[in-house]
Amino acid sequence: MLLEASHVCVSLGGKRIVEDISFSLMEGEWLMLIGPNGAGKSTLLSALSGTLPCEGDIRLTGLPLATMKSTERAKRMGLLLQKNSGDFDFTVEEVVRLGRYASRRSPFASPDAGTQRVEEALTLTGMQEMRHKRIRTLSGGEVQRAFLAQVLAQDPSVLLLDEPGNHLDYIYQKQLFTLIDRWRRQPGRAVLCVVHDVAIARRFADRILLMDHGKASALGTPEEVLQADRLRDVYSMDIHAWLHDLYAPWQTEDAAE
Amino acid sequence: MPMKRQGNYTLPFHLLSLFLLLVTFLLCVCAGSVAIPLRDTLHTFRELFFGLKPTGTNAVILRSIRLPRVICVGLVGSCLSLCGCAMQGLLRNPLADGSTLGVSSGASFGAVLSLALGLRIPGLTYGTTMVFAMLFAFLSLVLILSLAYALDRSLATNSIILIGIIFSMFASALISLTISFAGERIKSITFWTMGSLSGATYTQALILLVSLILGSVILLSLCDELNAFALSEENAWHIGVHVRRVKLTVLITVSMLIGVCVSIGGSIAFVGLVVPHMLRLLLGPGHRRLLPASLYGGAIFLMLADLLGRTLLSPIELPIGVVTSLFGAVAFILIFRHARKTERGIGNVA
Repeated sequence: MLLEASHVCVSLGGKRIVEDISFSLMEGEWLMLIGPNGAGKSTLLSALSGTLPCEGDIRLTGLPLATMKSTERAKRMGLLLQKNSGDFDFTVEEVVRLGRYASRRSPFASPDAGTQRVEEALTLTGMQEMRHKRIRTLSGGEVQRAFLAQVLAQDPSVLLLDEPGNHLDYIYQKQLFTLIDRWRRQPGRAVLCVVHDVAIARRFADRILLMDHGKASALGTPEEVLQADRLRDVYSMDIHAWLHDLYAPWQTEDAAE
Repeated sequence: MPMKRQGNYTLPFHLLSLFLLLVTFLLCVCAGSVAIPLRDTLHTFRELFFGLKPTGTNAVILRSIRLPRVICVGLVGSCLSLCGCAMQGLLRNPLADGSTLGVSSGASFGAVLSLALGLRIPGLTYGTTMVFAMLFAFLSLVLILSLAYALDRSLATNSIILIGIIFSMFASALISLTISFAGERIKSITFWTMGSLSGATYTQALILLVSLILGSVILLSLCDELNAFALSEENAWHIGVHVRRVKLTVLITVSMLIGVCVSIGGSIAFVGLVVPHMLRLLLGPGHRRLLPASLYGGAIFLMLADLLGRTLLSPIELPIGVVTSLFGAVAFILIFRHARKTERGIGNVA
């Protein structure tokens, strides 16, 4: 078991945002976290990544997260933020190399150490050719890929993603999700991902955790969780009908004839 | 071949920098209200090196006035630009500097206060002022950062500088107030606002050197962390940087260095702003290069500024801070414009 959360609760400013969430993430698994805005998905993700203090117990590769050293945590778990930026003119390669921070031997070790992982990450994300470009000159999708390469260079067991498809067009979205799908199939890896798009969750998830008002409304395979009635309760709308409406077969000219 | 803008500060860089530093040093030692020929200067150095007592007016000027002054100026320049560079990385803010954040003024106030009250820490007769300057530098930094954080959680470029400047004015007012009550016990207000190293001694040079070595070792071991902070604090956390520890270490180190500089040379503005900015344009933002380069660059820049101050309107001597502020104000506007432009750039959503 790579990541294990039991009875996790998070309060912010005296208000319970996340209440009693338990789940476990197995090797090779892709767990999607879905739910309406304000359901507490991102807050839960922050707690799981160790940024927010929480009640309950979180174990990363069997060890308690709360008392883990920051470098030990970063070797086991990486997070791709929803928004990334750079105020200084760092190049893609410099950003990706920072992913090796937790694994460096000493502060004065050559920055070339761990080059192999960096190269792999650049290749996997298709950023080799842009390696010397400045982050600030890239498009939103390219920035996202550069930071994905950074997380992959970290070589974590558990990859956390916070709405990675946001701000991305269809090409980037498809590339991103397919890439992560390939990445997690290697031994010792698992993915936990917050998404808004139920269709994406259905396509890529092994299991889905549906959240509503800070609580787990359902946890199971896509077929189990994405039932029309349940979604209607949580989202207060008919998701199936809406998606059907949205993605109805295109009226092509051939069909019209 | 386009220069690779990343990696370490390699040996060729060090050699080139040392060469430039040496040339500047010799220039600053020889030139002045009394020009001393290079041959005499080198001769005096030889005598000093072999422990002989230098003879002649030039040799005396050189040994007891100019040499300690130029050395102190260089060391202060290194300290201040190292501090500026580290703070800019830490706060992800190209405008951060001891003077723009109000840390120097805070340190000055601490120093003035300890002098006015005649405070003595037992066993630290000489260093009481210095300890107070360091302490107040740190308190000012903490105060300014927490104020900025309370007002604007993102620690945006503008709000933090605004608070720094307001704090700076407040501290200056307190300094004036203290001096007007304390009378002649304290050096003139100009010293604390514009800085001066005209009466620098070898003891001060030694103190500066020790602090600089200590500060450089600490900050140079944090290059990767500063790079991570310069990208974003949140990102730094996720790649495994111990955010709180690193932040505290940098802030304490910077306060110590600024405290030492201010208690010896008064508050000299904008050095930490101008030098790292110019070097960043040249070498890129990576701190593995930027921090060592700032050490050399700061020394060269401040020695030249001091030389200008001594010679431009000779025999009148301009306070060193006047020269740096003239450069600094222009640089500030240029950097601000640059920062504003890129804030709207693509891929910079924060």
